[in-house]
Amino acid sequence: MLDRHEFLEKRGLVLTVAILIVVAIGGIVEIAPLFYLESTIEKVKGVRPYTPLELAGRNIYVREGCYVCHSQMVRPLRDEVERYGHYSLAAESMYDHPFQWGSKRSGPDLARVGGKYSDAWHKQHLIDPRSVVPESIMPPYAFLEGKVMEAEDAEGWLKANRAVGVPYTDEMIENAASDFSTQTDPFADDYDGFVARYPNAVVRDFDGDPRHVTEMDALIAYLQVLGTMVDFETYEPEENYR
Amino acid sequence: MAEKEIDQPTGVETTGHEWDGIKELNNPLPRWWVIVFYISIIWSVIYWVFMPSWPGINGYLKGVRNHTERANVEASMAELAAARSDQMSRLLAVDNLGEIENDPELLQYTLKAGESIFGDNCATCHGAGGQGFKGYPALVDDAWLWGGSLEDIQQTIRYGIRSGHPDARLNTMQAFGRDGILSSSQISDLVEYVTSLSGREADEAAAARGAQTFAQTCATCHGPEGRGDPAQGAPNLTDHIWLYGGDKITLQETLYQGRGGVMPAWSDRLSEEQIAALAVYVHSLGGGE
Repeated sequence: MLDRHEFLEKRGLVLTVAILIVVAIGGIVEIAPLFYLESTIEKVKGVRPYTPLELAGRNIYVREGCYVCHSQMVRPLRDEVERYGHYSLAAESMYDHPFQWGSKRSGPDLARVGGKYSDAWHKQHLIDPRSVVPESIMPPYAFLEGKVMEAEDAEGWLKANRAVGVPYTDEMIENAASDFSTQTDPFADDYDGFVARYPNAVVRDFDGDPRHVTEMDALIAYLQVLGTMVDFETYEPEENYR
Repeated sequence: MAEKEIDQPTGVETTGHEWDGIKELNNPLPRWWVIVFYISIIWSVIYWVFMPSWPGINGYLKGVRNHTERANVEASMAELAAARSDQMSRLLAVDNLGEIENDPELLQYTLKAGESIFGDNCATCHGAGGQGFKGYPALVDDAWLWGGSLEDIQQTIRYGIRSGHPDARLNTMQAFGRDGILSSSQISDLVEYVTSLSGREADEAAAARGAQTFAQTCATCHGPEGRGDPAQGAPNLTDHIWLYGGDKITLQETLYQGRGGVMPAWSDRLSEEQIAALAVYVHSLGGGE
């Protein structure tokens, strides 16, 4: 059996036909399921695209390599569900490009960190992690506090995400710059419009400095929304068993 | 086809290809490797049959075992809840949490459960032993901003403080300086007076002027003698215990910009049993009332 390859390898036409057959099988197996993948996608309510500010925070999260030490994936294992809460759903990272599941936990999982700590705690912890968690090995990110962000850039982030499939509407892109600032100011003019575009988005001054929108604001806004979009009161686990 | 050529030194047949006098030997793949390769193909087919594999038109092939990781973890959690239910259900069956403290066996269980929940959720702000940090109250002393009874603690855990929950505990230490309610000289006088309240050295004349302002502005919440009021979460200013710091610079800062620490509401994240266990644990840490 081991020396039969000679039969194929010395006959050009036979080899070509054999390659075609193998590639065709591989192609069908990989491509065909994509056409009826819909049937495997879980039914989950509440997941919306990130607001411009949250998206900015996500960009910072990626830029600073937070995913190197923090995962965003509560696996369906008893100890993880006990510690972090409901296991992560695929739909929860459907608007993440790329997803931030991570592969290693030097720090804790962040998939359900939203709402677990106060904004002030996040700020203090990012400025000096050991001031609140003495045994922490996380590096400080104090510089985020001083970096003022440009609202004009927001439109570009939304467009880039729309290009890869996030359903940002024209209205969202048009209002990206104002929505970016509105999320840190509950008294902003377009508060109602913003909340209509991004249901359940939290509007407040995240870093305690109402004068500017800083990278600190953006990152905290992002951390505070993680794992909070799906309403597990209405979630039917049996329908989504995998 | 050409005659098979045998390479003399090795005794292996060649493929007949030759480059610059170098000939390629036609060594077969190692037999063990080929066997493992075919076994793994067979294994993958067996796996398709038993485990979830291909997406189908109406859902995916579930496999003979009907294996689902999510159902497994739900079952595992249910098993865990059942194992705990004897004790956990007793936490909710009591008329008041004080009864738990009178039942040594249940108390021991509750404290262990509480400690573990505290470690996962509370220690990040309040410290591993509840020792607290600047801005995050120590839970090991007997000073309680919002009351230190079991019920008070339970309520605080459940709804949080300024958490945005409709039942959250809420008060405001205003930004007296920034919002222009008090002048900077009034604030300096108040700092001296508040310093003197806890029996420390202060400028007497300034403290006397500060006392007037205190009576008008601060006494509503902090009480005429500055002893605080747990009903509205106003801290006692006479007890040497400071959430943000009692030195003059920090007092000045507090009066200028106000304070408003946030504790999240835990009712959505923890079960009622867990909150009860936490309340008993926190109550046991220090001087619970």
